[in-house]
Amino acid sequence: MHPFQETIHSKSRQRKETYIKGLFCCMTIAIIIPLILIIGYMLHEASPVLSADFLLKAPERGMKAGGIWPALLGTIYLVMMSLIVAAPIGVMAAIYLNEYAGDNWLTRTVNLAVINLAGVPSIVHALFGLGAFVLFAGMGKSILAASLTLAVMTLPVIITSTKESLAAVPMAFREACWNVGATKWQTIRRVVIPNSISGMLTGFILEVSRAAGETAPIMFTGAVFYKAVEEGNLFAYNLTDQCMALSMHLFTISTQVPGVPEAIPFATAIVLLGTVLVINAFSIAFRIYLRSRKRW
Amino acid sequence: MQYQRGRWSRVIEFLIEWLIRISGISAILFVFGIFFFVFKEGAGFLVTKWKPIEFFTSVEWYPTSLSNKRYGILAIIAGSASVTLLAMMIAIPFSLGAAVFISEFCAPKLKEVLKVLIEFLAAIPSVVWGFIGLMIMNPLIIKIFNAPIGLNVLNGGIILALMSIPIIVSISEDALKAVPDSYREAAIALGVTKWQMIYRVLIPAAKNGLLAGGLLGVGRSIGETMAVLLATGHAVQIPNGPLDSVRTLTATIAAELGETEQGADHWQVLFIIGIFLFSITFVINLIAYLVVKGIRIQAGDS
Repeated sequence: MHPFQETIHSKSRQRKETYIKGLFCCMTIAIIIPLILIIGYMLHEASPVLSADFLLKAPERGMKAGGIWPALLGTIYLVMMSLIVAAPIGVMAAIYLNEYAGDNWLTRTVNLAVINLAGVPSIVHALFGLGAFVLFAGMGKSILAASLTLAVMTLPVIITSTKESLAAVPMAFREACWNVGATKWQTIRRVVIPNSISGMLTGFILEVSRAAGETAPIMFTGAVFYKAVEEGNLFAYNLTDQCMALSMHLFTISTQVPGVPEAIPFATAIVLLGTVLVINAFSIAFRIYLRSRKRW
Repeated sequence: MQYQRGRWSRVIEFLIEWLIRISGISAILFVFGIFFFVFKEGAGFLVTKWKPIEFFTSVEWYPTSLSNKRYGILAIIAGSASVTLLAMMIAIPFSLGAAVFISEFCAPKLKEVLKVLIEFLAAIPSVVWGFIGLMIMNPLIIKIFNAPIGLNVLNGGIILALMSIPIIVSISEDALKAVPDSYREAAIALGVTKWQMIYRVLIPAAKNGLLAGGLLGVGRSIGETMAVLLATGHAVQIPNGPLDSVRTLTATIAAELGETEQGADHWQVLFIIGIFLFSITFVINLIAYLVVKGIRIQAGDS
């Protein structure tokens, strides 16, 4: 017999492998399929009301008709405010972790804290925002309090992605800069940050998508069921106002308001989902583009 | 001639470096801040009226009763536990299967596509998942199982499984990827099939990472709020089967906080539940962190 000939034994092993590969493939597909089915079904249900008017008109007749403009605008406010607060703190924290911190207990504690901050349930963030910003700091229920709560919640997203992009800058770049006599901060500002700025941007985009979708943290800190704002006016809210938000609006019209025609909550869900997925797609496309141009 | 930096640029540099240091430890401050402020709101009740035994062992949750208010969260804990358990029973096998497929079996192009799709899955907001549970899964479950109501443990479990799959897949896939290729080559050189290599070599070598992935999945499920608020129904009871409605810890806070008077006993009890939730996820994250650190130490030794 030829020494490398297949035996019955090895054939059965090969067969088993094929089955298992097939099984794992099916499992992967089973995860992906619901995503596609759900989005397709929701689009189908939402199609009767989905239009530009839906985005730009205020809800009418007790939310049973009309659009989602105040909620859309509120979400933009919340997301932008939270980004303005979280981005500098997150970037500086990442710079600290990647450029300054040594391998000691403090760094390990900070890393542990970042992981924990990311794992704190969103409703606990809501309780924190209520206790700290709304009550203790006296902001009341407002866009300010809600976006600060969102900022704390999304801080780990920015820290993690910025840290990654800083770590991707080769050590040799820094050493070259130090050797010509630059201080640590000059090196960071002139060499490290310019070379990692695009990676940071991906982090910001992710933060935006995360903040736009959150509901629980804003429920008790600034989002309301209904607030009338002028249609088409981008500056209709004040920071001390309460506001509507897409996520909160979806929750409200699908549970609290009886008799809403089904297409409206479906369309709201599609707008929210679409926004978040498009923002994510941007971040992913940007990441792939960056990887393709990377020169070191 | 020696170049001298101006006083201002040195002052600014000094200030910025301190700002960076302060931001660096901000994560620690926020974690303590979260604990402190949630604790502060619940402290009054915790110190004076809280009966831990009744709190954790009684199923009687009657926070709004006029004559006899009772705060027992056992049934609510059971609600959280049952939904999380079911979610993990679905999510862990599927995630491991998908992680192995993505990391070991599929072609590089397909791998990129699958990873992007799983990232999309992770990006779906929890309120949208809840909405899916309410509007799509609910009628489906009623139809298939002939159940009186489709908002139950099964619904919440499936939704939470879909929500926690991305995180488990990505961490497990990272763990498999971190196994050195020399392990794979050594196994293949011995003439084993790919599956034998995965089962006997890769999974044992990556087990810490896989465990951490599972733990973070559990943490995510327990802490998830909007999805379970919408999808599990609102019955405070210990479930007898997957078709019973339940109420989770997170959903209880979300549903009741808006209707309580600030500073009242009920309000404070909800903050105590918040502390309890915070503690659970803290411990789970701590264990996951230590498990992952265990991998690094092992890798450093070898």
